[in-house]
Amino acid sequence: MVAVASRAESAWAALNDVLDPEVPALSVVDLGLVREVIEHDDGLEIVLTPTYSGCPATEVIEQSVLDAIDAAGLGPARVTLRRAPAWSSDWISAEGRRKLLDYGIAPPGPVAADGAMPIRIVGRRAAAVPCPRCGSEHTERLSAFGSTACKSLHRCLDCREPFEHFKPI
Amino acid sequence: MISSIKIPAAPELSYLLRLADTCLISGQRLGEWCGHGPILEEDIALSNLALDLIGQSRALLTLAGERSGQGYDEDQLAFLRDEVDYRNPTLAELPRGDFAFTVLRNLMLSTWLKLMWERLRDSSDAELTAIAGKALKEARYHQQHAADWAVRLGDGTEESHRRCETALATLWLYTPELFEDDSVDAAATAAGLGPAWSQLQEPWLAEIGEVLGEAKLAVPPAPTFRSTGKRGLHSEHMGYLLAEMQYLQRAYPGGAW
Repeated sequence: MVAVASRAESAWAALNDVLDPEVPALSVVDLGLVREVIEHDDGLEIVLTPTYSGCPATEVIEQSVLDAIDAAGLGPARVTLRRAPAWSSDWISAEGRRKLLDYGIAPPGPVAADGAMPIRIVGRRAAAVPCPRCGSEHTERLSAFGSTACKSLHRCLDCREPFEHFKPI
Repeated sequence: MISSIKIPAAPELSYLLRLADTCLISGQRLGEWCGHGPILEEDIALSNLALDLIGQSRALLTLAGERSGQGYDEDQLAFLRDEVDYRNPTLAELPRGDFAFTVLRNLMLSTWLKLMWERLRDSSDAELTAIAGKALKEARYHQQHAADWAVRLGDGTEESHRRCETALATLWLYTPELFEDDSVDAAATAAGLGPAWSQLQEPWLAEIGEVLGEAKLAVPPAPTFRSTGKRGLHSEHMGYLLAEMQYLQRAYPGGAW
């Protein structure tokens, strides 16, 4: 007997190939954007949680997801957005973290337990992010914002290479 | 030219619009920095802050549209209201000024928004709670960014310190409006929608005082002037801001990218 993948399982497989337009090393599944795939009688429902309120890629991602389901011949599908609980970088899979590192982006550390986060008044070197190229922790932050809202810009003081860091949120 | 939409005078709707417009108008002002930042990194940072704020306002305006009972969507609310129907505190609409002015206003507004989002996580409105949970993470980051720069500029060169002092003296005049209650707050509190704005004052002063102290900037005396943007009575700058922001939708109704 041959096990037949359910439509939802096939959908997850198809979504594994949908890359994030702003971090093209990772799929929307690696990023933890896909929360659920539900099989309804009238089609599939893909539940997505957006990363940032102002992420300009949200609409593109929705369309790419629908295109991928369509290309896989999985029938009608719709996307719903789920805001709560809010997306966290903790949802990035182990596989996703490995891909980020290979791509030259330092993966996010664990998010501090939710609660009072006092304002940190410190120098630029305080929270050293290990360099994704040489692994040195002797790095400094150049800017709180990188090429996209989800990344910050850093520089390794040993190998001298600049690199991006996926911010823990 | 397309005519303006009318906003029902419902206090809970006003409460949502006050918050949504604070994000929208701050986002619009920050967006003006795109291509004009003092250094490339800050140009990118300010644009990113603007994106977050506009994203937050989109979620809030969508919610306000649903609650308005008029079927308005986010675009209609953002672009087709008359000036008197925008409910942001005047602080948000002041011209962007120099970098010191922008940094200190960001510090004030991001601190205020952070405290607001923290409290809105307990709102009786589940959709507002969800928006707050996401926006809080962003506001914390915005506050941190503004605080870093406030300290660097305030405790920086003679010139950067002087500019901070000048900016602070102007901005401070518009801060009482962030903490004064009226019937809108009373209705929101009664419905469990969110906190009265006055509840944010004490923690706001504590956090702002901490950063200003570190930045070697004195907290200015309490102003007697009262701005009134959140009641729809705006400064002379608001009309110009709206003319630019609304131009496309007014000239090409329903225009989309």
